[in-house]
Amino acid sequence: MNYLSWLFDPANWTGVSGVPAQILAHMAYSLLSLAIAMAIALPLGIYIGVTGRGTMVIAGIANTLRALPSLGVLILAVMLVSLIFTNDLAYEIPAVLVLVMLGIPPILTNTYAGIQATDPLAVDAARGMGYTPEQILWHVQVPCALPLVLSGIRSALLQIISTATIAAVVSLGGLGRFIIDGGATSNYPEMIGGAIVVAAVALVVELLLVGLTVLVVSPGLRRASQRARRRPVEPTTATIAIDLTP
Amino acid sequence: MKTRYFAAAALLSAALVTIAGCASGNPLGNGPADNGKAKSSTVIIGSLNYPESEVLAEIYSQALQGVGVKVEEKFNIGAREITMPALKDGSIDLIPEYSGSVLTFLDPKSTASSPDDVMAALKPILPSGLVALDPAQAQDSDVLAVTESTAEKYNLKTVSDLSSVASKFTVGGNPEFQTRQAGIVGLKSVYGLTFGGYKNLDEAGPLTVSALANGQVQVADMFSTDPAMDEKHFVALEDDKHLFAAQNVTPIIAKSSLTSTIQTALNAVSAKLTTPELISLNEKLSQGQSFQQAATDWLKAKGLK
Repeated sequence: MNYLSWLFDPANWTGVSGVPAQILAHMAYSLLSLAIAMAIALPLGIYIGVTGRGTMVIAGIANTLRALPSLGVLILAVMLVSLIFTNDLAYEIPAVLVLVMLGIPPILTNTYAGIQATDPLAVDAARGMGYTPEQILWHVQVPCALPLVLSGIRSALLQIISTATIAAVVSLGGLGRFIIDGGATSNYPEMIGGAIVVAAVALVVELLLVGLTVLVVSPGLRRASQRARRRPVEPTTATIAIDLTP
Repeated sequence: MKTRYFAAAALLSAALVTIAGCASGNPLGNGPADNGKAKSSTVIIGSLNYPESEVLAEIYSQALQGVGVKVEEKFNIGAREITMPALKDGSIDLIPEYSGSVLTFLDPKSTASSPDDVMAALKPILPSGLVALDPAQAQDSDVLAVTESTAEKYNLKTVSDLSSVASKFTVGGNPEFQTRQAGIVGLKSVYGLTFGGYKNLDEAGPLTVSALANGQVQVADMFSTDPAMDEKHFVALEDDKHLFAAQNVTPIIAKSSLTSTIQTALNAVSAKLTTPELISLNEKLSQGQSFQQAATDWLKAKGLK
């Protein structure tokens, strides 16, 4: 059996259930979930980073979210939400909820860690120049934290994109459709094709976000991170996130 | 340094424990050599990997013990893809099966659907060395289910009755139901039904049940013996054109283990087993009763114990 046959069959690339349509659906769920996760995690992360309050409680709660099994939460949420909504919202709300839950911890952790890790000398200098605490936050701490915040957003989005495949378990569209339906009907080329497309989408998004990081991060910080890169062991995003977990 | 050796030793022993756990967790762990010895005196009873199959296997087990046959229980083995080879190689000798499922497993193209046709088609194609005993009247088959209120509103009794409303209805079921003959494909070719939509959910599990009960779908692929059918007041539409193969509970046994005592005992069980009884057995299990207790109670109620 040619396992790549499905992927290169033009028939699978058109129509309402073709690959492009499912990529769109997949990205719609993913980006909506990311936006909600950011709306929650960024303000909270800035608050925790600046005040130092709630590190244990809020960050602890956010990190326990990581431990919840997505599939279990999804099915449980469908059971509850389907009592209220009789249309597709009964499946869309739980799916987005699960993805938001996945997206919050990396963004939150990296935001408060980035703000707390701002060079105290830079903060002191700004204060000496007469900056108000608010100005220090927006003009010193947030720009300095930006590389770490963006890498948090990046790992959140990658995790969301790869997990958004479980939306297919509760009848929704997206690239999980190919994996679930292919598995149910022993159509392995379809499963493999779906998995390859998910991986490709994740890679492309990763590259776009890396490009975005280069564009928005201050050149001064970039030089600092290049200097850091010359050190023998460079901590990856993941290790930074784990190291700073209380 | 010492710590590192200790850690390595701990890791190694953890790995060994895991491997050992795998070996003992394998329901087919006994090698063929053991089975050869056991065969003369003991009947090894297996089951598929869900509660209904286990309680049926337990009923067989207790019925055989009642007539003095030595049994060994190896329940909850796995899907048919695993249990059929296990029957063939003698890892198990007896299993409760469903006639239509075994038939389509052995011959995917079979179109037999009535109970008699299915049994007639099944007997000649069973692997040599295996034999199907009398089927019970009890069936656990695919049914198209609607809610009581939908059935009343549109006056639905049979699958054919759906013809006027199908385009307004969304069907819920597992992903394979959408693509197989005994599913959406057959509903179109045999009944001429084209539905408004299809939702890929689970195999008559919690997602499908809640979707049907709460109105995300109007028709669902369910199993006739599912306690949820009663609990949620679902109505099973009669399969008037026989799209879904009959699924009578049928013991499949190795010829080498079959004696007239065993045959009589198992046929006595099958003679008393009806679909409503299977539903009530499933209900007891879903209420937390043990397989053993449910099986004992049923056998006593039927005067078989």
